[in-house]
Amino acid sequence: MSNQPSVEAAITDAASSEYLVFSLGEEEYAVDILKVQEIRGYENVTRIANVPDFIKGVTNLRGVIVPIIDLRLKFDLENVEYGGQTVVIVVNVADRIVGIVVDGVSDVMSLTPDQIKPAPEFGVTLSSDYLNGIGSLEDRMLVLVDIEKLLTHEEMQLVERTAESA
Amino acid sequence: MDIADFYETFFEEAEELLADMERLLMELDVDDPDSEDLNAIFRAAHSIKGGAGTFGFTVLQETTHLLENLLDNTRRGELKLRRDIVDTFLETKDMLHDQLDAYRNGSEPDAEAFERISKVLQKIALEELGQEPVSAPSEAAASAPAEPEPQAVVEPAAAVDHGASRKVAIALSGVGEKDRDLLVDELQHFGKVLSQSGNAERYDVVLESTESLEDMEAVLCFIIEPDQLSISESAAEASPVVEKAPDVTPPAAAAPVEPQPAPETPATTNSETVESKPAAPKAAPKANKAAKGAESSTIRVPVDKVDQIINLVGELIITQSMLEQTASNMEIDSHGPLVNGMNLLQRNARDLQESVMSIRMMPMDYVFSRFPRLVRDLAAKLGKDVELVTEGKSTELDKSLIERIIDPLTHLVRNSLDHGLEAPDKREAAGKSATGRLTLSAQHQGGNILIEVIDDGAGLNREKILAKARSSGLTVADSMSDDDVWQLIFAPGFSTAEQVSDVSGRGVGMDVVKRNIQEMGGHVEILSEPGHGTTTRIVLPLTLAILDGMSIRCGKETFLLPLNAVLESLQPQAEDIYSMAGDDQLLKVRDEYLPIITLHRALDVTGAKTAVTDAIAVIVQGEGRRYALLVDDLVGQQQVVVKNLETNYRKVPGISAATILGDGSVALILDIADLHRLDRRKSQQRFEAKRTHLHEVSPA
Repeated sequence: MSNQPSVEAAITDAASSEYLVFSLGEEEYAVDILKVQEIRGYENVTRIANVPDFIKGVTNLRGVIVPIIDLRLKFDLENVEYGGQTVVIVVNVADRIVGIVVDGVSDVMSLTPDQIKPAPEFGVTLSSDYLNGIGSLEDRMLVLVDIEKLLTHEEMQLVERTAESA
Repeated sequence: MDIADFYETFFEEAEELLADMERLLMELDVDDPDSEDLNAIFRAAHSIKGGAGTFGFTVLQETTHLLENLLDNTRRGELKLRRDIVDTFLETKDMLHDQLDAYRNGSEPDAEAFERISKVLQKIALEELGQEPVSAPSEAAASAPAEPEPQAVVEPAAAVDHGASRKVAIALSGVGEKDRDLLVDELQHFGKVLSQSGNAERYDVVLESTESLEDMEAVLCFIIEPDQLSISESAAEASPVVEKAPDVTPPAAAAPVEPQPAPETPATTNSETVESKPAAPKAAPKANKAAKGAESSTIRVPVDKVDQIINLVGELIITQSMLEQTASNMEIDSHGPLVNGMNLLQRNARDLQESVMSIRMMPMDYVFSRFPRLVRDLAAKLGKDVELVTEGKSTELDKSLIERIIDPLTHLVRNSLDHGLEAPDKREAAGKSATGRLTLSAQHQGGNILIEVIDDGAGLNREKILAKARSSGLTVADSMSDDDVWQLIFAPGFSTAEQVSDVSGRGVGMDVVKRNIQEMGGHVEILSEPGHGTTTRIVLPLTLAILDGMSIRCGKETFLLPLNAVLESLQPQAEDIYSMAGDDQLLKVRDEYLPIITLHRALDVTGAKTAVTDAIAVIVQGEGRRYALLVDDLVGQQQVVVKNLETNYRKVPGISAATILGDGSVALILDIADLHRLDRRKSQQRFEAKRTHLHEVSPA
């Protein structure tokens, strides 16, 4: 599954599917735009104690309490700063609303299936299990993140495992 | 509107009617039944029968029909009530409930059970109404020792009634053509339509029928409002039976099955008409009026709609607080109207919030009302004599809690009956009245509701509990305080019943009770005195949606403490602080030594005051544990809207939920009991880390 372009995209439109491109440090990543609810600035995050450092805390999204996750910390990037450019992408996955902190959002891209290459097996920090593949666009390379799989994975400690809640 | 919508309305209504019926039957004084009550019971059965007929639930209809006939005889004084008859009625009610459930789930009800209950009901009808006894001598002897009923002989037998047809004039006013045709169709089920004429304003139908006027009215009222209808007998051509005309009632035992209006009939009316269908017979005009009054003053609303309003009001309150903060910085001289407007807005917003919250509140009677039956049945089964007393029925509790409290409470009541209250002879031997007393009470206490199950039975047996705990492998000591001993019965798998009965004693209950109640944010306490009984006290927050909180500051962060957990706060003095092994500290408050939990250490807050004497000690209590929580500052008390963290995130150690403050930021609400556990865990980790560190250092 993970090494294949998304099946959905193939069905809805054989030509392309749309991705929101964001940057983490020097790297470019992209997520399925249908999972994105909104984009907002990074502000007013209440810290939560005794959780991994990439979970920045929770914030108030129009009355809903939403956890904020810093993907830069999760992916072990250096120079993690919070400034005016810091952006939170609010995504809707597995019936949850989660905010992910990124360095910036650049654009929305349409990718055709032949532009999506299978993700190679690599690193510990970002297993290819969480990838939809690699998007290649002329000289750019986009890491297509399967945000749902990433966020619901138990090492994100975002979703309580059933064994734990018992 | 879909016919299925009416099904749902019918099911809901039938369920309420059954509950009413049960309550009334329970309250009935067998020797001197109140005629109003009898009428009300009859009407309930009648309404269910009517509805069942409309929707084609034949078995339900037939069962209610049999019951209704007996009830009718009862209310007319032809059938004298006895306890066993009431029992049968109750049993029938249960059966009706089962049938209702079956229909609701789209299946057919149990035919065998129906056969059985209809035999029983028919037997009562035969035996008690002076007709020839059936061939069940043993049971007949047991159940019919009552004196023969004089009225029963006088009463014309069903067959007599049957032939007695007379003319009935029905006048319909303000009925459209479509409804009118339906009505006439309906009337044809009752007998022969002799003539019909008129217009939309007034339409007259003359009918020759053997049926009672009430039956006709009840059926017609499915389609039109009662005030659109007038039914009378045309006296001129009256047949013999009409002598007793003013009080015509359905024939005793042979009233035919209610006609079934075409299924689309109700669909042409609006739901309000259907709601009004318990168009009570004229027999009890007073009760009828009262029932109607209650009907028009309530509406059914799905819970999620209410919750949506509650959420919106919560948002409104937050916005209002934000505005208020801004406005409070303004000069009153130059912005007088604005500041005044803000004050008004604040008051209105709070009132609105309170009113909205009260929508979700339900009286405890909803829970208590199901116990008389349970207690009665159980007491009979156990051979005990029990009087049930309920107090504080009108105490209100949030709907979500009220539904979740039923199971634990049922369990506690069963336990009290089974283990608590003694058998009558034992009670007398102990110098107590033979009748045991079980009290269910509910009352408000601050932001909590206190629900107590009190029995005047034997009390808990300390030795037995300790012995049992030992044999179950729990660590106990003879020196344990009573309170600690009582808490043992909440351990999983614990039961001291000598015999496992089907009532209780399998030991799978109390731990579940405790867990359920803790999940609701409450706790259970047991008070017991040997020989005088046991009190089980459940303490629950009134609602889960709003919390009275004390906001506190630690470093730059704001947290909320549930106000009901806060006992007091004080500035710790150096001489009151004692160190214990390692870095544990105790605070002496009057004559008590309380463990100190430092909030900034438990939650890793940076920039907090580190010196104990600079901090504020808040004495808190949770799950029976008391400790001193060190914080930087107290900010103030406020009511906050509780927001679940688990909706989008997960349970966080030491935190129960979150809320949104006036400035729009999120503040976490501390979980007092869990904070204690978290602190224990952390100091354990610190301790181990220190030890490993020492081990690593020493060889070097």
